[in-house]
Amino acid sequence: MKYIDEFRDGGIAHRIAARLADESDPGRSYRFMEFCGGHTHAIARYGVPDLLPANVRMIHGPGCPVCVLPIGRIDMAIELALKHHAIVCTYADTVRVPASHDLSLMRAKARGGDIRMVYAVDEALAVAREQPEREVVFFAIGFETTTPPTAFAIRTAAAEDLRNFSVLCSHVLTPPAITAIVDASPDPASHAVELDGFVGPAHVSTVIGSDPYARFARDYGKPVVIAGFEPLDVMQAILMLVRQVNEGRAEVENEFTRAVTPQGNRIAQELMDEVFELRESFEWRGLGSIPHSALRIRARYARFDAERRFGLAYRTVPDHRACDCASILRGQKRPTDCKLFGTVCTPETPMGSCMVSSEGACAAHYTYGRHGDDAQRGAA
Amino acid sequence: MSGTVKPGYARPLDLKRGRVDLGHGGGGRAMQQLVRELFHAHLGNPWLAQGNDGSVLPPAVGRLVMSTDSHVVSPLFFPGGDIGSLAVNGTVNDLAVMGAKPLWLSAGFILEEGLPLLDLERIVTSMAAAARNAGVAIVTGDTKVVEHGKGDGVFITTAGVGSLDDGIALSGDGAIPGDAVLLSGSIGDHGMAILAQREGLGLETSIVSDCASLHMLTASLMKRLGPSIRLMRDPTRGGLAATLNEIAHQSGVGIEIDEPAIPVHAPVAAACELLGLDPLNVANEGKLVLVCAAEAVDALLAEMRAHPLGSEAACIGRVREDARHFVQMRTRLGGRRMVDWLSGEQLPRIC
Ligand code: SF4
Repeated sequence: MKYIDEFRDGGIAHRIAARLADESDPGRSYRFMEFCGGHTHAIARYGVPDLLPANVRMIHGPGCPVCVLPIGRIDMAIELALKHHAIVCTYADTVRVPASHDLSLMRAKARGGDIRMVYAVDEALAVAREQPEREVVFFAIGFETTTPPTAFAIRTAAAEDLRNFSVLCSHVLTPPAITAIVDASPDPASHAVELDGFVGPAHVSTVIGSDPYARFARDYGKPVVIAGFEPLDVMQAILMLVRQVNEGRAEVENEFTRAVTPQGNRIAQELMDEVFELRESFEWRGLGSIPHSALRIRARYARFDAERRFGLAYRTVPDHRACDCASILRGQKRPTDCKLFGTVCTPETPMGSCMVSSEGACAAHYTYGRHGDDAQRGAA
Repeated sequence: MSGTVKPGYARPLDLKRGRVDLGHGGGGRAMQQLVRELFHAHLGNPWLAQGNDGSVLPPAVGRLVMSTDSHVVSPLFFPGGDIGSLAVNGTVNDLAVMGAKPLWLSAGFILEEGLPLLDLERIVTSMAAAARNAGVAIVTGDTKVVEHGKGDGVFITTAGVGSLDDGIALSGDGAIPGDAVLLSGSIGDHGMAILAQREGLGLETSIVSDCASLHMLTASLMKRLGPSIRLMRDPTRGGLAATLNEIAHQSGVGIEIDEPAIPVHAPVAAACELLGLDPLNVANEGKLVLVCAAEAVDALLAEMRAHPLGSEAACIGRVREDARHFVQMRTRLGGRRMVDWLSGEQLPRIC
């Protein structure tokens, strides 16, 4: 507990805030993207924007695993439950993501689908062992953090010769998504925002290390500071970014040295490599198709691949026309710019993916940040 | 049932090894026996003993307050309580926070075929103890049995009636800008105690549910400082966040709370952290939220802290004007954020 409190200390926060106020140049603005949903959540939950100077703006990135899941992949999971009568196990937030035909996994459950919410893939393995007569599918989502446990589960299933277990693999990769964002050419019509730097992921970086971000600093001139998930970590990282910008540097710095090394976790990387291979291309909700940005199960583990096992086909489904998630995930718009925000689209009735998970930009703003809206919108 | 016919031929219930079967809900002798040997034996009181379809109760002083609550908690037994004590305390607390004196309860049981009678006895014993402690009598009841797989051990619905002294009018719309918000103790204990029991979470903790009856605490507060109290609530499902939002909406005000002032026990905070939950959204079963006139804060806090259930009482915030009826919080970090209802259901079957 002491450990947690140390990273949420109001006194330290005020000291960092004072330094930020002192060191930021009032003559310019700073726009930083926190890639990770975990950071978005920490920033919103602890009221960090209140402690930043007005010219330092945080933009919420696409690093929320639930938010970037395209409708078509949810449809596949629903098909597994309703058509193939498989037990579908998945993380809690996933069940609320709106899918086609006014369905979601939660609604599919109400229609008789056997959908189970789990906290870890081990629970799905346990279900498979207990009910050998049923097909059990783990709907695997997430970035590099949740991938090694899925790989381990597949290897375990192979070792135990579990014949009723498979995985609908929807794991995605962080660096290609950052590439897609920095590559997006600023389009003046969409109020494109030029980013000044990134707060790099915490847990993802413990797995992949800090080296994979080097090219964003080198080739794109964007400073990256890897930060832990505690609010003080984020504030410290923002201060480090401001300093890099002020000094004209673009480097990968590591605020989270207590857990992240340059090379990351080799064992986890080897495990992932043994079980998974790159997909040619994967559709991200909000960002569109990004080459080599996701993983699929290697042929040698094909029998654990739910896509092959059940002959599932992916179908692209467009988002609601008025949903601005695409621009929000790229940092071009704020949640309040969307006409549906807070009226048609709320956490209870999400129209787009950013409203589903508490780590999504729209949901985080709706849940934690609306009190500041009047000031932003003027008298509106 | 008159006592002249001796049921000498009936073997007593096998409480050690017996299980609930469909006969126990069939309205026949098996059901009679269950009611007599288990429910009446433990809950016994003159009204229940009347044995009629309804119990005839004496007239009460003042107005009547009535409330009902269903309980589906899983697991049935947890550190700090069980579904029985929860079912009694839940309804007693609903009456208590209205300022009423709880008098009578009813209890409806839906039993699942196969439930060990030993478990049922434990639950009924615990209900009896909770009722005794709260000074209420369970005056009428009902039992149904559903097939194996159609229930989950036992579900219990209680309804309660209490009496309200003249002049008391606590209501959720009573908060006025300038008022203070008090909380009787730590939050999140019940919800996390339940979650820690669930399989697969791998949480080994010492968290104990706060399941308790608030009637003594509320009675002494009402007696000493009643006129300064605007409203009371017990923040159960949805946690403190839901209760404060309800108050803000009902009263048409805003509320601002201070995160460092809100007591959260260390194991609860750690478990919430691990599961990505906010203690503000986690259920309590023995806590009181009270809105009062600002000048009464010290007196009320002293009175609360003198009671065992209020020893950690704190003033956690104030009521302010806000046309949007937002609940806002000053975070430990010094920033400000909104506190909203939790959307969806992250913690099913918590009470
Ligand atoms: S408010 Fe809803 S519809 Fe609008 S961008 Fe956000 S998620 Fe999409």
